[in-house]
Amino acid sequence: MKMRTLALLAGVAILLTGCQREERDTRPDPVKGAGDQAVPVTSLAPGGERPVDTDAKAARFADNAFHMSEGKRLFDWFNCSGCHSRGGGGMGPALMDDKWIYGSSIENIHATIRDGRPNGMPAFGGRVPDDQIWELAAYVRSLAGKSSKAAAPGRNDDLMPHPSENRLPDATTLGRSP
Amino acid sequence: MKVLARVGLTSCAGFLTGCSGVQSALDPHGPAGEELARLIWSFTALCTVIWLMVMGVLAVALVRRRRQAADPLETDVQSEHAASRAVLMAVVATGLVLVCLTVLSFFANRTLAGIGADAELTIEVTGYQWWWAVRYENSEPSRIVTTANEIHIPSGEPVRLVLKSQDVIHSFWVPALHGKLDLVPGVVNTLTLQADRNGTYRGQCAEYCGAQHAHMGVLVIAQPRVEFDAWYEAQLQNAAEPSSELARQGRDLFLNRPCVMCHKVQGTVAASNAGPELTHVASRKTLAAGTLSMSRGNLAAWIADPQSIKPGTRMPTMNLTGDELNAIVAYVETLK
Amino acid sequence: MSRADVMPERHGVRDDELEAEALRHWLAKTWDAPKGLVGALSSVDHKVIARRYLITAFVFLCLGGLNAVAMRVQLSGPERGLIGPDLYNQLFTMHGITMMFLFAVPIMQATGIYLVPLMVGTRNIAFPRLTAFSYWIYVSGGIFAWVSFALNIGPDVGWFGYVPLSGPEFGPGKRADVWAQMITYTEVSSLAVAVATIVTVFKQRAPGMSLDRIPLYVWAMLVTSFVIVFAMPAVMIASTFLILDRLVGTHIFNPVEGGDALLFQHLFWFFGHPEVYIIFLPATGMVSMIIPAFARRPVFGYLPLVLALISVGILSFGLWVHHMFTTGLPKLGASFFTASSMLIAIPNGLQIFCWLATLWEGRPILKTPLLFVLGFFFIFVAGGLTGVMLASVPLDLQVHDTYFVVAHFHYVLIGGAVFPLLGATYFWFPKLTGRMMSERLGRWHFWLAFVGFNAAFFPMHIVGLWGMPRRVYTYPVELGWGNINLFITAGALLFFFSFVLFTINLILSARNGKPAGDNPWDAGTLEWATSSPPPSYNFTKIPVVTHAEPLWAERWALPVAEGLRVDARELLISSVAEAHPEVREKSAAPSIWPFPAALAVGGTFIGSIFTPWAVVWGSVPIAITLVGWFWPKDVPEDVE
Repeated sequence: MKMRTLALLAGVAILLTGCQREERDTRPDPVKGAGDQAVPVTSLAPGGERPVDTDAKAARFADNAFHMSEGKRLFDWFNCSGCHSRGGGGMGPALMDDKWIYGSSIENIHATIRDGRPNGMPAFGGRVPDDQIWELAAYVRSLAGKSSKAAAPGRNDDLMPHPSENRLPDATTLGRSP
Repeated sequence: MKVLARVGLTSCAGFLTGCSGVQSALDPHGPAGEELARLIWSFTALCTVIWLMVMGVLAVALVRRRRQAADPLETDVQSEHAASRAVLMAVVATGLVLVCLTVLSFFANRTLAGIGADAELTIEVTGYQWWWAVRYENSEPSRIVTTANEIHIPSGEPVRLVLKSQDVIHSFWVPALHGKLDLVPGVVNTLTLQADRNGTYRGQCAEYCGAQHAHMGVLVIAQPRVEFDAWYEAQLQNAAEPSSELARQGRDLFLNRPCVMCHKVQGTVAASNAGPELTHVASRKTLAAGTLSMSRGNLAAWIADPQSIKPGTRMPTMNLTGDELNAIVAYVETLK
Repeated sequence: MSRADVMPERHGVRDDELEAEALRHWLAKTWDAPKGLVGALSSVDHKVIARRYLITAFVFLCLGGLNAVAMRVQLSGPERGLIGPDLYNQLFTMHGITMMFLFAVPIMQATGIYLVPLMVGTRNIAFPRLTAFSYWIYVSGGIFAWVSFALNIGPDVGWFGYVPLSGPEFGPGKRADVWAQMITYTEVSSLAVAVATIVTVFKQRAPGMSLDRIPLYVWAMLVTSFVIVFAMPAVMIASTFLILDRLVGTHIFNPVEGGDALLFQHLFWFFGHPEVYIIFLPATGMVSMIIPAFARRPVFGYLPLVLALISVGILSFGLWVHHMFTTGLPKLGASFFTASSMLIAIPNGLQIFCWLATLWEGRPILKTPLLFVLGFFFIFVAGGLTGVMLASVPLDLQVHDTYFVVAHFHYVLIGGAVFPLLGATYFWFPKLTGRMMSERLGRWHFWLAFVGFNAAFFPMHIVGLWGMPRRVYTYPVELGWGNINLFITAGALLFFFSFVLFTINLILSARNGKPAGDNPWDAGTLEWATSSPPPSYNFTKIPVVTHAEPLWAERWALPVAEGLRVDARELLISSVAEAHPEVREKSAAPSIWPFPAALAVGGTFIGSIFTPWAVVWGSVPIAITLVGWFWPKDVPEDVE
């Protein structure tokens, strides 16, 4: 009996994560999250406490299929490829590898896009609405195979220079035998 | 009951008045539309006659008197024979009617194909989720006009539309002028439009294309050649320098806030092709692909919160303050 | 030739050596389904499987109907904000796939699973375990689609799922994959039933039921099954290609890499048009059975009706392009498809004329089943004529993808299939349950459905010509479509209400309807020769057929064939054309294995939404269950 309840609960939990992945919120509350928020750049933090994300936006955007696909579209629209060349890197660093100069969490990437980084990365804070920055950040993680394969975008109707995002290997294990 | 009666009455009124709709296939304003309306009416008339005949036979078959027989297998050879002949004749008649309809349809198709083979003006219409990009071809690059969601044509002249899609399949349909034709990625289709009378003809995307398929309208504005030429010249101009202080502030905001990421305003640094071109947006009749009519209030509502007006549209709801919104609206209003 | 070749040694107990009482006892012992939950899951009785199918399909009809009501309420006025675009798009997609794949096709096949073995006078359907398997596949496919919808992963790409909208770039998440796999589920199940039906009709007919004595309903199911066999693979290929594009990253439908977006439409409509006939042909079979029973005479023009069925079946494969007239195809090709689409009106017209002649020459009795058939005439003829309008290329340019088309296909599908199906329900309900349905409620049901249907769908023709496209979640005020849409919604609610009445009638009549007896309508075909409801073995002795309407020709006692074993599940196999008895053949015994096999196949389908490896890992449980399924056990059915 207990086993069955447990199995049922596990099933429901899996299904509910499915819901979160499929949510299509086109207006995720644009007013929130535009303010500054503390983001760790390194895992070292005074007192062992890492700053927490205040409005839980990261959780809503990361691993959400709709937002990642929107992020992919914006990546193209806003010409991120101009420097990052579809994730392969050019003038700017590659996004498909496991080298993260300013951190690999979605909050880190969000901060990178919003505030810019030295040596070339402009700050898009005022020009790209905050929700769209989160979408971009979520997408960038999928380029390195760091997001759920079940939610990552498929190939484009385009000439594809790399495998579709839902087939990209996790950059951390790339080149090593599993 | 009373409610039902009221619904019935208002609906009857609807049937009678609805025919003047601006998007009706039964209210044609061009040679192709007229040919198609004729075809619709002739098919409808013929089909109605056939339907009435079948129903008539059915009714007679039910009420006619006949001899009672106890055994269902007992049939009258003579009347069976007559029935066979009647069925055979009905089948032959069906065949003949179908041949007629096929021929009628074939000739209508030929007439359509013959319209406007000599079109001078070529307009490229590209479908996007969920708006239309319009580009007037010209051999001189500086005389190419780009606009969105509104196609001006000289009335009485055929124009060639080259239909393409940038994302999914759409279908270009302005019922008063012509039937629909799909915009398929990887395929280039051409359609010839001609409006015989001046006027504004509404059309709409007719192939399901995602969340906002319902709000993907297009206007075709037919005007005398002189007016059209004047409009064309005006469209070639850069956006005017805003005269008021508020509008100047608005322009600066436009160029430094999210607007600039997707839109193009000729004569400024805003040059993105992601969203509709805005150089002369205030001279258009509608906003957001036929969703709202153009007015200061609608413009403000749209810029403030597009996602609640057209949920899922590519334009995000931005975090603008009241003053910023006011200034941007003032600027966009100057883009005549 | 030795005597043993002519008269083989007799094994077991035969039906010619037993008294009636003992015979029934033996047959029940051999054919009754095992008891308990496992027994229920193992049942291979075609009537049990068909009943499950019918009830499940009815549940899906209700769900699809609720979708429709929700959509109509949203559309009752301009710019109504009740349902947003995201939900609305899922609603109309779910409505389409539920009605087409989870209601219409399965319920038509289910009626066939129930009636075909009875009408051809055999004890069970051919391949009964495969038929049981098909039910489990079907029901899990349906549950899969609806659970996905409940979890906000309901497909939102339309029932046609055109790429690129359903493709990898524009269809984020798993919604389009749910659509694609739901298709695969239901098509596998339809194919299984189609194969079983074909073999039953060809090889298991009662002695003497030569090709010209097969009931027209059975002919219709035979042609339908062939259409299924040829049409369904096309859409399974389309949906599998789509999954490959989305998951593996192939470029089958990507024009930039040499693929073609229109290829999808060709594959889909090569299935999609015959699909309409897969739903419509069984309904014509029902009409061909109901009319003679109530016109009190054999159907007029048996041979032309059979030829019409076959030619509709063949022609249905030659006109798929009329769904694609607006894609800008070459003009000559389009004209060819105009001609072929018009052509199919001839055999359909012939059917109508033959039925009219039957009524004309007969002595019609207006009972509820016939009322629904008359409703069918009224609505279907109109729908057929608008179909002729759609076949014309230029005319189609105006009305394609508008509410005119919505009106047209509801006229042909509801008028052409649902009305006969409702008539058939009133007609065969006594056979299924042993009780009559209420005639009084039946008449109320008919008139409400008839008025509601026409009020809901006739104005759609008009609003379509006024320019209202399909699949829009709302429309602007200025276009003046508000009133007419309000009227349509009122009609739709009335139509929905008629089904509430129908449900009440079903429940009340099943509980305490008038007892029916074997043949309440004094109809002429074999299913009325056995008791209502029929026993698990259908007939105590296999009847011998001497006429197309055997019960009318042999009023006093049906001749029977003897010599079948009753201690084993034996069937009589007969020749294809003349139905000469050829051999005695064993029918499969109940087995639990089709159920786990269906679960394994279903698991593979769902898994392949997430990873292509599911096909590899899924083959292991499938192989295990199939080995279990076919493992010889020591039951009489497996010996010899």
